[in-house]
Amino acid sequence: MMTIIYAVLVLGVMGLLFGLILAFASKVFAVEVDERIPAVQECLPGANCGGCGYPGCNGLATAIVEGKAPVNGCPVGGAESAAKIAAVLGVEAGESEKMVAHVHCSGSCDNAQNRAKYEGIQDCLGAIRVANGFKECAFACLGLGTCEKACPFGAIKVVNGVAKVNAEKCTACGKCVAACPKNVISLVPDKNKVRIDCSSKEKGKPVMDACKVGCIGCSLCVKTCKFDAIHMEGNLPVIDYDKCKGCQMCAKACPRHIIEPWNTEEKIKELAEIKAKQAAAKKAAAEKAAAAKVAAEKAEEK
Amino acid sequence: MTQVLSIALGAILINNFIFSQFLGCCPFFGVSKKIDTAVGMGMAVTFVMGLASIVTWLIQTFVLNPLGLGFMQTVAFILVIATLVQFVEMFLMKAMPSLYQALGVFLPLITTNCAVLGVALQNIQNGYNFIESVVYGVTGGLGFTLAIVLFASIRERLAASAQTPKCFDGFPIALISASLLCMAFLGFSGMKIW
Repeated sequence: MMTIIYAVLVLGVMGLLFGLILAFASKVFAVEVDERIPAVQECLPGANCGGCGYPGCNGLATAIVEGKAPVNGCPVGGAESAAKIAAVLGVEAGESEKMVAHVHCSGSCDNAQNRAKYEGIQDCLGAIRVANGFKECAFACLGLGTCEKACPFGAIKVVNGVAKVNAEKCTACGKCVAACPKNVISLVPDKNKVRIDCSSKEKGKPVMDACKVGCIGCSLCVKTCKFDAIHMEGNLPVIDYDKCKGCQMCAKACPRHIIEPWNTEEKIKELAEIKAKQAAAKKAAAEKAAAAKVAAEKAEEK
Repeated sequence: MTQVLSIALGAILINNFIFSQFLGCCPFFGVSKKIDTAVGMGMAVTFVMGLASIVTWLIQTFVLNPLGLGFMQTVAFILVIATLVQFVEMFLMKAMPSLYQALGVFLPLITTNCAVLGVALQNIQNGYNFIESVVYGVTGGLGFTLAIVLFASIRERLAASAQTPKCFDGFPIALISASLLCMAFLGFSGMKIW
């Protein structure tokens, strides 16, 4: 009987003592936490992807409350979470455009030449250690899926030797951009479908040798653009998305068919038909004009 | 002195908590994907194990033994460990917020790490005195750190090479590599120092 009483007493006293110590410690070690931080964190997606540049959602929430980051600082939550956070903090939400990651390379197994067979670690980081990769083009996507592994949302898949981004799943967290050792991935605005699918800064001849579809730097797209939105940087055109209106004229003008969205097989066929029709119409117009001229000359003779 | 040294080496290599006693396997598998977090976890566990050894030995010797309450070991020790972890968490939050952030959810999870309870119980079972208990606690934690850091480096390497067959991908290959590490550590078994 005594043992039971002792046991209960000892455990009770110990519990009480530890409880008191902890209560005291919580007073001594109290850290003042702004109650808005957890409220803001509620509004964030909670994936802790780090796409905002802060260590996890908690870091961003703290920065937003302290005013170091904008309310639309989360690229994943986008406008939705920005609005919620703005409601919590009582400020206006800015516009945040949805961005997606894009792989600027179309050097698939059919298009790009390999200069060697690579049998090492199946990872781009490993492959570039061996003479800067196995593809003839030094700028090409190696297609070993370092970005695929880095993506926390399963939005990147390597298809036929080139990484492809699923724009619906992509949250623009930027992990793939950081992971790609070849720097062929960048974030582009989702609503604007015009993208250049090549990263080669080589001149025309080496590009032609290395890849069936690479950019040869002819700058036809630059000349075609009516809005001054494409400029050559080295031998590669770069689209200024602030100016681009999405008219897709550059994509239609590209002789190598590497500007999206006019780069798939069907689109290229469609484009050829359109061009043929235009040529036919031009020819017809020219014939008509010639006939009219002849008729006018005849009338003059009379 | 030699006794203490032999306890220390034993706890790190011969009777490693993970590899030969199979205690504390949950964080061993859970927090071993990156070397950085593995080191942080190892340090936190070492700290808690050392402190727990001190407090539980005092409680066993000065409270439970005189009152004949040896059977209450487990429940009393768990109480101590839970309090300690809570205390450490509060202290870290105040004093080292960056480390607190880095450890995240694994800090409170140390409470349920059976290696911590294991070290407290073994101190009593092996009849260690105060100094020996503390040494056993701290070096046991260091052994845990060694194990988890070794394992994390193997897993980082495995994740990079990605040449595992599909059916072994992910957790299965982690279990297999853990067992291989275990076998390597079996080489230490039966060794006697002094």
